[in-house]
Amino acid sequence: MSKVTITVNGREMSGEAEGRTLLVSFLREALGLTGTHVGCDTSQCGACVVHVDGKAVKSCTMLAMEAEGAEVTTVEGMADADGSLGVIQQAFQDHHGLQCGFCTPGMVMSTAALLKDNPTPSEAEIRAYLDGNICRCTGYHNIVRAVMAASGQDVSGLGVVAAE
Amino acid sequence: MPKDGGIGASPKRREDIRFLTGEGVYTDDIQLQGQCFAYFVRSTVAHGTIGTIDTAATEAMPGVLAVFTGEDFKDVGGNPAGWLINSRDGTPMREPKRPVLAHGKVRHVGDAYAAVIAETYAQAKDAAEQLAADSEIEDLPAIVDMAAAVANADNRVHDEIPDNLCFDWGWVEDNRAAVDEAIKNAPHVTTLELVNNRLVPNAMEPRASIGEYFPGTGDYKLTTTSQNPHLHRLLISAFVMGIPENKLTVVAPDVGGGFGSKIYHYGEEALVLAAAKKLKRPVRWTAERSESFLTDAHGRDHVTKIELACEEDGTFIAFRTETLANVGAYLSNFATATPTFLHGTLMAGPYKVPNVYVNLKTVFTNTAPVDAYRGAGRPEATYSLERVIDKMCRELELDPFEVRRKNFITPDMFPYTTPVGLVYDTGDYNATLDKAMEMADVDGFEDRRAESAARGKLRGMGLSTWIEACGIAPSNLVGVLGSRVGLYDAATVRVNATGNISVMTGAHSHGQGHETVFPQIVAEKLGIDPASVEIVHGDTSKIPFGMGSYGSRSLAVAGSAMNNAVDKIIAKGKKIAAHMLEASEDDITFEDGNFAVAGTDKSLSFGEVAFSAYVPHNYPLETLEPGLEETSFYDPGNFTYPAGAYLCEVEVCPETGKVDVVAFYCADDFGNVMNPLIVEGQVHGGVGQGIGQALCEQTTYDADGQLLSASYMDYAMPRADDVPFYQVDYSCNTPCTHNPLGVKGCGEAGAIGSPPAVINAVVDALNSGGFTHITHIDMPVTPSRVWTAMQAQ
Amino acid sequence: MYNFDFVRPSTLAEAVIALAGDEAQPLAGGQTLLPSMKQRLNMPGTLVSLTGIADLKGVSGEAGASVTIGAATTHAQVAAEAGAFYPALADLAARIGDPAVRNRGTIGGSLANNDPSACYPAAVLASGATITTNKREIAADDFFDGMFATVLEEGEIITSVTFPIPQAAAYAKFLQPASRFALTGAFVARFEGGVRVAITGASEGGVFRWSDAESVLSNSFSGDALAGKLPAAEGMISDLHGSAAYRAHLCGVMTRRAVAAAG
Repeated sequence: MSKVTITVNGREMSGEAEGRTLLVSFLREALGLTGTHVGCDTSQCGACVVHVDGKAVKSCTMLAMEAEGAEVTTVEGMADADGSLGVIQQAFQDHHGLQCGFCTPGMVMSTAALLKDNPTPSEAEIRAYLDGNICRCTGYHNIVRAVMAASGQDVSGLGVVAAE
Repeated sequence: MPKDGGIGASPKRREDIRFLTGEGVYTDDIQLQGQCFAYFVRSTVAHGTIGTIDTAATEAMPGVLAVFTGEDFKDVGGNPAGWLINSRDGTPMREPKRPVLAHGKVRHVGDAYAAVIAETYAQAKDAAEQLAADSEIEDLPAIVDMAAAVANADNRVHDEIPDNLCFDWGWVEDNRAAVDEAIKNAPHVTTLELVNNRLVPNAMEPRASIGEYFPGTGDYKLTTTSQNPHLHRLLISAFVMGIPENKLTVVAPDVGGGFGSKIYHYGEEALVLAAAKKLKRPVRWTAERSESFLTDAHGRDHVTKIELACEEDGTFIAFRTETLANVGAYLSNFATATPTFLHGTLMAGPYKVPNVYVNLKTVFTNTAPVDAYRGAGRPEATYSLERVIDKMCRELELDPFEVRRKNFITPDMFPYTTPVGLVYDTGDYNATLDKAMEMADVDGFEDRRAESAARGKLRGMGLSTWIEACGIAPSNLVGVLGSRVGLYDAATVRVNATGNISVMTGAHSHGQGHETVFPQIVAEKLGIDPASVEIVHGDTSKIPFGMGSYGSRSLAVAGSAMNNAVDKIIAKGKKIAAHMLEASEDDITFEDGNFAVAGTDKSLSFGEVAFSAYVPHNYPLETLEPGLEETSFYDPGNFTYPAGAYLCEVEVCPETGKVDVVAFYCADDFGNVMNPLIVEGQVHGGVGQGIGQALCEQTTYDADGQLLSASYMDYAMPRADDVPFYQVDYSCNTPCTHNPLGVKGCGEAGAIGSPPAVINAVVDALNSGGFTHITHIDMPVTPSRVWTAMQAQ
Repeated sequence: MYNFDFVRPSTLAEAVIALAGDEAQPLAGGQTLLPSMKQRLNMPGTLVSLTGIADLKGVSGEAGASVTIGAATTHAQVAAEAGAFYPALADLAARIGDPAVRNRGTIGGSLANNDPSACYPAAVLASGATITTNKREIAADDFFDGMFATVLEEGEIITSVTFPIPQAAAYAKFLQPASRFALTGAFVARFEGGVRVAITGASEGGVFRWSDAESVLSNSFSGDALAGKLPAAEGMISDLHGSAAYRAHLCGVMTRRAVAAAG
């Protein structure tokens, strides 16, 4: 066991890790930040996406020791300073972009990374960017709408035929 | 009446706050003092005899606390099938015992035959690897192909079952002769052989369980990924471990999707309880995704021959099906109901066909158990029907829209008794078809096809008009059909002294948004703010009872129980108000949250009445009890029958065979809609899964019973760029006639109606491109399969 | 995964020493190695991370002549920075895996692993790139040695890869529906001296040059010239995602698409 120190959501935190401890296990078990989830063991599902030094990574495919000294942002750090939902989180709630909530942390973190690089992505760009995030509940429809809405785009006409 | 948050409104989901901020609490998020870890030793062969398991070296490894093998559970009860099905000859189904851990034989890759408990997860896994190395498993020939399993009586999944058949079922057996005769004499018969592909449910949260034992009281607690904690408690108590129900609490906290796979009781849950008792410490287990692939109950897996007999004008005369349905190595809890009463009973579709006969043989194989997965039997029925109708239309050059209209049961015919045992209460199938055609701009299709052609793509349109039976289920009816449980549900509405409300419901929310929708209904009925209503679910120690969430039943059954409990609250409130206002109970009215004496200005608010119930000064205690809490058990009078019309447009790349779903239109009848936003989300999700089944999801076992598609590297989950925006409408509703909310259920619709629409569109596209030899391609229509079919010309 | 010792040197020299240890193995981005270690298919005694070595990162080049990519440069960085020198290479990097994988995965790791369905080997082979290690320079034509195999020796570390810039080039790939790796990918590069075509994803032997297509395209750089031409299906991968014949067919389709995209 060795001590690993990272700055998570602006706060320096330390814990013990083995060589084989994955960043996601370190966050969940050593630091108690269970918002980041594990949905697969082949680096495909994206439930574990966090930002390391500003870049989205799959925390199940990075060793905790590789993050020594890094700035890490998790879904727990995405709310506004006053504790209210951040823009992306609010868009996901407004547009029903989540159901069971399990993939949601990864979706939020991937969306944040996308919008940083591409502030107004097209539908196709969003769908392509979310290639590494699997959702089983939503059929992606409202996730894509939420991302568009979070980037300030009008989504009112997209796919909804209102009932009387 | 609450305008913003009542029935028919779309308030933001309250559960989203915790999920969006990382504050959800799923089973694996719970850390307990003194916890230790279980890891299961799983068979790497599909079929084998278990020889010596030498635990000595394992027990000596670092951190190891206990080792269990199948021998430890040999004498405890087995995990049962929930439905008894009789074969055509009247004999009961063969029902092999499903043990906690395999003993004697292992019967599928992933079958757990031992477990190791250790201080850390890594130690448990290391030790399990040692135990696997010290276990003698003698390989037996694998039984994988269903036809071969039935044909070879010598090679048996269960030694006591000679032909690997669970049962040979006829539905309705009395129809058989008439159907045979009708088909023999029909002017036209279309025959189609098809495979309904095996699917892995793939809820994004893997299964997980934590067992606890409290030596001071002898109580147990199981925290687990369940869609129905009471069902888990019942199975563990009554059948598997014999723990008294009142000594076992089952908690299903936040659960990350289920889709059927978390209905069932699995051996891992019993093991962590047994280990917790032995060690007097919490014992936890969380599946790795590869374990999920190998051990979660899979779905579908039917091989079917369907015949459709009709007049030359497309009027249906008879349907006949012969199906082999895979149940895998053991009977999962609903495995015998899914291919029978959730499948055979739907084989008339929304059509007034006079003759229907379904024959179905369920087969044991050395594969993972197969059970209900979103739709459960109804997608299989719908797919067979809607595909064979499409093929018939092509053979007779008939318009697929008109053929459906010609055969639809019409609104004047309800209640309508089908030849396969259901009584449809209401519906308007032409209305949803009209709506779907309008949404999809069917008249403009040829222009869109030309535009696709200009880009080198073949465009096709596919139709599916589907019906299902959900709101599961009337206990009287299912009891006659073999169910060993009742399928009512329960709710307790507790009005607290300060006027806010806790609703304890047997429905479990694992994505469906109950915490938002149910308060809308309570608030609407009581004329109060929905924010003052909280939903309590997922904990057997807090809720009265409940059969859980599956079969699109939560709103129709548990919601009806809640509705009726609220009615009882209002009735009790009137008694209290009558006492307080010194009036006759008959003169008390309740409107907009106020109890009033009719014809006077005397009234009390709901809150005043609630407070009085808990401060019962001057109560006539002989006739009026204090307190304001009511429970209702609701047992539905019938299934509910949602129906709809789905239209799909695809583009096929003739160079690569790749299919893109470019548009998808849903016109559904769900009866009354409580929360449009959530209904839309349910349809989206179901359609997404249906498109996944149609295009890419493929569960493949090789001849040795090895699962080739055992991870996301080989099992293709639909991704965001595999699907389009869906167009969803639910305005053509005909309210359910027999439940108090007039609701039907929307959770499975998308997965039921969509696969045939996709495949019909693919066949249409290929035929339009000159590939007229293609009458059918089995799902999933992967690029490779489509290209291969094109080459066969 | 099994446990191991983890070291993260900051210089190449330290890394070389660390890798000389018993059962030591280099760790680049880890996007393939870590999943295989989770499955316990790989069990290093010491894992030597290369991500802390600044010298191994970066993109530099000379317009129209060559571009050199440090071995520990992520796909995302190549996608962002190599376009000025070699647009087809940047485009390929931008489509490897998914965004999170591209932020960790590196060109050196991809080449050393030589997954038969990886993208980079196609670019390296079609471009005739040079792989530089701590010991030597290796021509692309000599580097790949069959599925998951290269000529790298124990302890040998890729330090950079240098691509000559072709007159025109493009990569076309057809995705395996589940993993999103290349079911078949074709990289076409037209140089003054001729056209090179490398195919990934298709062959049991890993990435290979499709010499028949190269001769045809060297005479006439158009998709039409390839009409009817396919590599032999024999030796192609056949699995649940596609038969050998299908992969051979895709070699033709993807090569034509790459030619069209290269212009």
